[in-house]
Formats: sequence, structure tokens, C-alpha cells
Amino acid sequence: MSDDSQFCITTRDLSLWYAKFQALKQVNLNIRQGLITSLIGPSGCGKTTLLRCFNRVNERCGYVTTTGEIRILDKNIYDPDVSLISLRKAIGMVFQRPNPLPISVYENVVFGLRIHSEGGVKKSELDAAVEVALTEVGLWTDLKDRLNDKAVGLQLEQQQKLCIARLLPLKPEIILMDEPCSALDVDGTRAIEELMFSLKGRYTMVIVTHNMMQARRSSDECIFMLMGEVVEHSRTEELFLTPKNAKTAEYIEGRYG
Amino acid sequence: MTDEPKPTRARRSPLALVTERVVEVLIHVSGFSAILFVFGIFFFVFKEGAPFLSKLDWMQFLFSSEWIPTSSVQPKYGAWALIVGTMSVTVLGMLIAVPFGLGAAVFVSEFCTGRLKETLKIVIELLAAIPSVVWGFIGLKVMSPLIISVFQVPVGVNLFNAAILLALMSVPIMVSIGEDALKAVPDTYREAALALGATRWQTIYRVLIPAGRNGLLAAVLLGVGRAIGETMAVLMATGHAVKIPHSIFDPVRTLTATIAAELGETSQGSPHYQVLFLIGVLLFSITFVVNLAADLIVKGVRRQ
Repeated sequence: MSDDSQFCITTRDLSLWYAKFQALKQVNLNIRQGLITSLIGPSGCGKTTLLRCFNRVNERCGYVTTTGEIRILDKNIYDPDVSLISLRKAIGMVFQRPNPLPISVYENVVFGLRIHSEGGVKKSELDAAVEVALTEVGLWTDLKDRLNDKAVGLQLEQQQKLCIARLLPLKPEIILMDEPCSALDVDGTRAIEELMFSLKGRYTMVIVTHNMMQARRSSDECIFMLMGEVVEHSRTEELFLTPKNAKTAEYIEGRYG
Repeated sequence: MTDEPKPTRARRSPLALVTERVVEVLIHVSGFSAILFVFGIFFFVFKEGAPFLSKLDWMQFLFSSEWIPTSSVQPKYGAWALIVGTMSVTVLGMLIAVPFGLGAAVFVSEFCTGRLKETLKIVIELLAAIPSVVWGFIGLKVMSPLIISVFQVPVGVNLFNAAILLALMSVPIMVSIGEDALKAVPDTYREAALALGATRWQTIYRVLIPAGRNGLLAAVLLGVGRAIGETMAVLMATGHAVKIPHSIFDPVRTLTATIAAELGETSQGSPHYQVLFLIGVLLFSITFVVNLAADLIVKGVRRQ
């Protein structure tokens, strides 16, 4: 199946309940490798829930039940032999509010390396990783003399970039982003979107967004969700120019949401 | 009330305005009363001990361990052994209590959910509700024979016994305050660490403990305050002997227990009576310094 290999995340009949409330209903999706796919839909449609299934952080709350399967890199991540630690190492996540850890900029970037190495990493390797990761997200020139500053003291835009930078040393396959720009101003949003473009190809990115224009600007494919179901999944231009479903058409026209 | 509608401001009755004023004044008074009480207590204790200040041999008071206050020939007021007693019991107690207290705080806050968590919190707070004299009983009747038989020592009421009691008494405070401190760490930090693949333990020691260290420090220092000031349990369990301990199984005597045991037998205004009040001043100063240090440390940590 040559076509299959292009897909990075595949879900089969994925359903999820928060206690009695069903938040996802029979979701079947194929998300392509190396592209930016955005999840759009009105509040409460399940897009964040779906995103949080991909690295299984949903399970932190004890009352979540999931059925169906999610195949990531040809492995069902709900199989009992899957290690959450290596799963989350391979799938990075960026959150709605920038959440750098309350330690220095340097330690934030190497946090992943430190927790995933058994015997400790050489200082030179850490230094190199920090320079590479911060250069990649465009923070190196601004922060190279402030690596020991507290990360929570940075500007929001820098914090969010740092949150992306700290994923990179782990060489993730997929980066999940949960409304990464909702706390940022126009310039910050543009900077993060440009960063996403520059990372495209090397990482598969899935982004949840409330901002339809952002989905249109920045994603290759688009998934429209409503009431826990996937209504439409197609290339972004198609979805916005020639939506197949009447609900999608109404949503992108702004009739509800 | 008039018939025509007026703006809300005008409709307030004079009574409401007066009540507002009165409540405001009352709240101010209760706020300032705390300061008044602290200074009042300090003043009273100091006043009772002050007349002896000029006669007191400071070198003897602070550095001699000869405490012979009732001698009719030459009374000696060396409080050094008592200071050492208080410090050693407190330090040993905290060495036992801090790992247990903080460990329990982490367990309750990060590993327990639902009913287990609620039950544990209630039981731990129940531990704080046991009167200290009951702890003294336990020290005398349970711990003492146990220590004698387990460690093969001649006396069971000693430094070790009292330190364990103090640890048990201060653990509940550390757990409740420590748990609050960890609960106050934003959940986004936990999510960030978990999403990077950290295990629970890594999340705790790399993220939560650094993030909550102000609160955890406060928890420890409140426990220390509890331990230094404790009287009844240490009076019953230390052995009450005025000497510098050479091992943890030696009996000691604390500043607090000395006041409690001797003040009732002195005549008011006698030198012995006044020296006991000076010990009170000394205790007061020690706790004041501990609290002040705690405040400064916490503020300093916050500023960084």
C-alpha cells in the first residue's frame, strides 16, 4: 500500500467519553505526513480533545474512556505495550498559553534531553542542542546572552517559540499545536505562522485553531468538526472555496460558531 | 423610599451608610489588634524579667550549662544546656519530619485522587488535632519501653523519643501547607512536562518542587516553629535532665519545659521567677528570628 505510507496519523472509529459525555464520535481520519493539517470548528466540537488523543495526555483525567484505534507510524498507540514516554517523545505538543517551565531558557530547551537520557548528557551536546533549537525558531540572536534568564520572564511570543524549540532536540515526528497563537498579538501570530512554514516538511504538524483565517493561511489540509464528528476533511483551498457539506459552508461563512 | 426612581446612590438609607462606616472601623481594629497583641505579650514577658537584666551574668546565662536556680547558697542560671536541648530536639525532629512531611505532601497532591485523597487529608489533619499532652502519654508509655527494648538503652525518655513526637506533631502542618503549595503550581507545568515524555517522578522533582519551593519552605518553617514552641510533649518525653546530650539517647531539657515545670514553684518577683521570664524572651527572640528568616528567604526566592 504505497498510499498508506503518506499517512502519519490514522484513526479508526475513535470515540471518546468524558464520564457520560461523548466528546468524539466514530472519528476516521488520515492525516498526511509532512504537512500542516488544521482542525477547525466551533467551541466544544471536540477538536482539542482529538488533538490531545494523539499523545494521550487526555488520560490524565481519570474519567476518560476511549474506544477505536489511532495508528501513528504504523502502530496503534492504544496497544498495551506502547510506552507513553517514548510516544510523547516522538509527538511534541504546543499549548494554548505559552507554558515554559519555571526554569532557565537553557534548561527549558534541554529538559527533554535530560529526562530521556539515562546516564546524563555531555555539556557540549546540550550546548549544541540549545544553539540548534533556538536558531531554528529564531531566538538564538535575541537570547544567546540570556540563556540563564528565567523563561517565564520572556515576552509571550518568545515564550511560545521557546515552547516549540524545546520539542526539537527530541527530534519528534509530529508536532501538535493547540491554538498556539490565541494568546499572541498580530506580530506574534505572524512569527509563529512563519515558524510553522519553516518547520513544514520535516515535521507533521496538526494545529487546532479558532481562527478560520489562520487555518486558511497556514494549513495544507483542513478538518472541519462539529459535535464530536468529522464533517469534512479536504485540502484547505477546497474546503474554503468549494465546501461539500452545507454545515461547513455555513461555518466558514460565519453563520455560527 | 420615595415614589419616583432615583439613582442608586441616593436610595441608600443613612443606616446603611453608618453600618458601612462601623464595619470598616471594626475591620481596621481587628487588623491592627494583631500587632497590638504581639507587642503586648512581648512587653509583659519582658517587663517581668527586666529587673533581673542588670544583675544577670550574660556569659553564664548563655554559655554555662549549670542550671541551679534553687540553691540557697549560690544559685546559677546557665541556660546553655537548655538552649542546646531545645535546638537538638528540634533539629532531630525536623530531620525526621521533613522527608516524611514533604513526601506525604507530594503523595497526597500528585498521586492520590478521589476518595483516597480526601480520606488521607482528613486523617492527617486528625493527627494535628491530638492534644500535646496525649502525645506526652504516648512518649512515656509507648515510645519509651519500645526505645529501651529496640535500642538496648537504659533510659527511654530521651532526645530521640521527644524528637519522634515532635516530628509526628509537625508532619500534619507540613503536609497541609505543602499540599497547598503543590496545588498552587499551575497545571500547565505538569502538562508541559508530561507532554515532553517526563515520568511522574521526573515531573515532581524537576518541575513541581522547584516551582513550589516557596510554599514548601514555608511548610517546613511552620513545622519548625511548631517544634520549637512545643512544651508539654517534650516535658514528658525528654527525660528533663539538664545536660548537654552526647548521643540521641541522652535525656535533655528544653527551654519551654523548664518554664512550664518551674514557674509554678517560684515566688513572684524572685530572681528565679525573673530568669524564667528572660528565658521566655529568649524563646520569643528565637521564634522571631526563625520567622523573619523564613519571610526573607521566601521573599528573596520570589524576587529571583
